[in-house]
Parts: sequence; C-alpha cells; structure tokens
Amino acid sequence: MTEQGRSSPNEERLRHWLLRGLDGDAAAYHAFLKEVTGHLRAYFRRRLAQLPDEVEDLVQETLLAIHNQRHTYDIDLPLTAWVYAIAKYKLVDLLRRRAAKQALTDPLDGLAENASELLSAADSDAADAHRDLSKLLAQLPDRQRLPIIHTKLRGLTVAETARATGMSESAVKVGVHRGLKALAASIRDDT
Amino acid sequence: MRTDDLVALLATGVEPVPRHAVGRRYAVALFLGMAASAMLMLGLLGLRPDLAQAVRLPMFWVKLGFVACLAWASLLATLRLSRPGMRLDWVPAALVTPVLAIWVIAGVALAGAPPIERPELIFGTTWQSCPWLIALLSLPIFFAVFWAMRGQAPTQLPLAGTAAGLLAGTVGALVYCLHCPELQAPFVGTWYLVGMLIPGLFGALLGPRLLRW
Repeated sequence: MTEQGRSSPNEERLRHWLLRGLDGDAAAYHAFLKEVTGHLRAYFRRRLAQLPDEVEDLVQETLLAIHNQRHTYDIDLPLTAWVYAIAKYKLVDLLRRRAAKQALTDPLDGLAENASELLSAADSDAADAHRDLSKLLAQLPDRQRLPIIHTKLRGLTVAETARATGMSESAVKVGVHRGLKALAASIRDDT
Repeated sequence: MRTDDLVALLATGVEPVPRHAVGRRYAVALFLGMAASAMLMLGLLGLRPDLAQAVRLPMFWVKLGFVACLAWASLLATLRLSRPGMRLDWVPAALVTPVLAIWVIAGVALAGAPPIERPELIFGTTWQSCPWLIALLSLPIFFAVFWAMRGQAPTQLPLAGTAAGLLAGTVGALVYCLHCPELQAPFVGTWYLVGMLIPGLFGALLGPRLLRW
C-alpha cells in the first residue's frame, strides 16, 4: 500500500466525493460509487480471469460492502488503501467460499500486488450479474424491505416513508441500514 | 438488478454518517462491558479488603500501569484492525514493551531475593485461580467488544479477533486489579499475562467465524 496514490488527481477527486457523500451529499456519493464501480470491475476482471462469470456479482457485493462499512473510512487514510483492502477482502472471501465448495487449491496466488493497481484502470463494460439482488431484497422482512423500497428505489424522504408505512422515522432509518446489511449477509450465504 | 441500478439505490437518500462512528461504538461497548465486569467482580470476589493501604504502595501502580499500557495498546490495535487498509505500524511494539518492562522489574526482584523466597514471588498464594478469574471477568467485555467489531470492517480476521480478545483480557485484568491481593512483579508478569492471553487466544479462534462481513 503506497502513499503515492494520495497525490494523484484521480484519488483526490474520489476522496472528495466520498467525504461529501459521508456528509449526506447523494450526488457526490453517486459519482463516487459510479467511478469506483469501473475500477472494481477492471480489478476483478484481471484477478478473476478464470472466473469471468463471477466478476459482476463480486462488483455488486463489494459496492454493497463499501456502502455498509463506509463509516470505517478514516479521513487520514489514503482512499485507495481503504477501497483496495475491501475489494481484496471480498475477492479472497469469494475464492475461499468457492474453494470450500470445490476443494480448489491455491486460489490466492498472485494477490501480492499493491493498492495503486486499483485505480490504474477502469472498465465501464458491465456484464450481467448472475445473482439478482432484487430477488434477495424481496426476501427481506417488511420492516427492512419497505424502507429500502420507499427511500432507495422510489426516492421518498425518510419522513414520507414513515407516513407511507406507519413506521417511525428512526425505524425507517434503522430498517434501511439493517436491511442493506442483511442483503450483504444473504449474498454471503447464497454463494 | 443491474450494477448501475444498485449504485443508484445505494446513493439515493443516503444518510450522513456520524463522525467517529467507529470510536463511539467501542466506547459504548467498553463502558457496558466494564460495568458488567465490575459487577461480576464485586458480586463474586469483592474488592481487596486492604485496597486503601494497597493504593499507597508503588507496586500497586506499577501493576495497574502495566495492565493499563497493555489495554491501551490493545485498543489501538483493535481500532486499527477495524478499518480496511489501516496498518498496525508501531502498535505491536507498544504491546510488547510493557511485557518486557515488567519482566525486567521481575528479574530485578527475583535477583534481589534470597533463593528460598523466589517461588513465593512467582506463585504468590493465588496463581492457580488468577488467570481463570481474569478470563472470567473479561467475558462480558469480550462479548461487548466483539459486538462492536462486528459493526466494523476487519479484513484480517484472526488478527482482529486476537486484538479484540486482548482488549477484553486487559480490561478484565484492570478490573481484577481491584480484587487481586498479589503485588509481586514476577507474579504479575506471569499469571496476569496468562490470564490476558486466554481471551486473546479465544479471539484468534473465534475471529474468522464471528467477524465476517
């Protein structure tokens, strides 16, 4: 993990977007996630040359992980190091799950590169995801599913969602938060 | 669901993240865990009866300082291992230094004592129970710290589990200090250490199971 990434304009722009996103700026956060998506896709494509079908699922899983754990970004830490560590964790986790299933050997070879690789390429050519997150979303209990559908898919505010569902505003926020974590957990169990 | 749709979903109506969310969760966990541990200590073991005199002895504070330094270093390790991409840097040295220091003090104490008294310095009167009681008192803290860490993003699970276990063990030992009748450095450098390492070992074993995200 090199510090050099910090000075690159790419990194600075991404970091700026994320920091504004952490303050609740949805447009900046959207720009951050969109750009990270391209980098993740390129990174996983290189790492999963043998398993091209897994790439888009892993991109989605990692995006969800970045979102769910976004509070763990330390503003003093280079952004690349943080995103890269999450991407690598999710990649290793996937390979381990597959290895456990298929008793594959040495799936972790060639992971000894560094974080600066992550921003070196971007890939906007999305393949189809095989796992359908909307199906997993539909399996969540109402108290999590409804807040996510209203605030995240229909774009209602927390207050409007609370009125529409009869839940309290804090229950709506908790429902979104826990629902997205449950979604990540169901992906893990699903693979 | 297409990836672009997922990105839109995640960004829509995104809530601001409170600053210091990681630290706050550990603060809550440590407060609750320590309170439960202190109640366990008071209910099961009681304060040492001569605590008021003991606090005037330098060795009481050496012992407390030894444990507190380890607790502080374990907390730093736990916090760092909770964040992806954060390196431990000098934290392992901060964990080892108090141990070496207490061993030096213990060595001096043993060298200065007549051979017949040396076993007494090492074993005291409570060596058989001390490590287990420390592990017992660290149990509520262990649960609390693991709960806190499950909300973070550790990427090195055995290491993160070890750090969380050591944090529980050291804070549990801090609570145990208020009961423990022993003040000899050789005793503290042996049995306290064993007591604090027990939760650390459990953390290493349980980390990969409990901390996945």
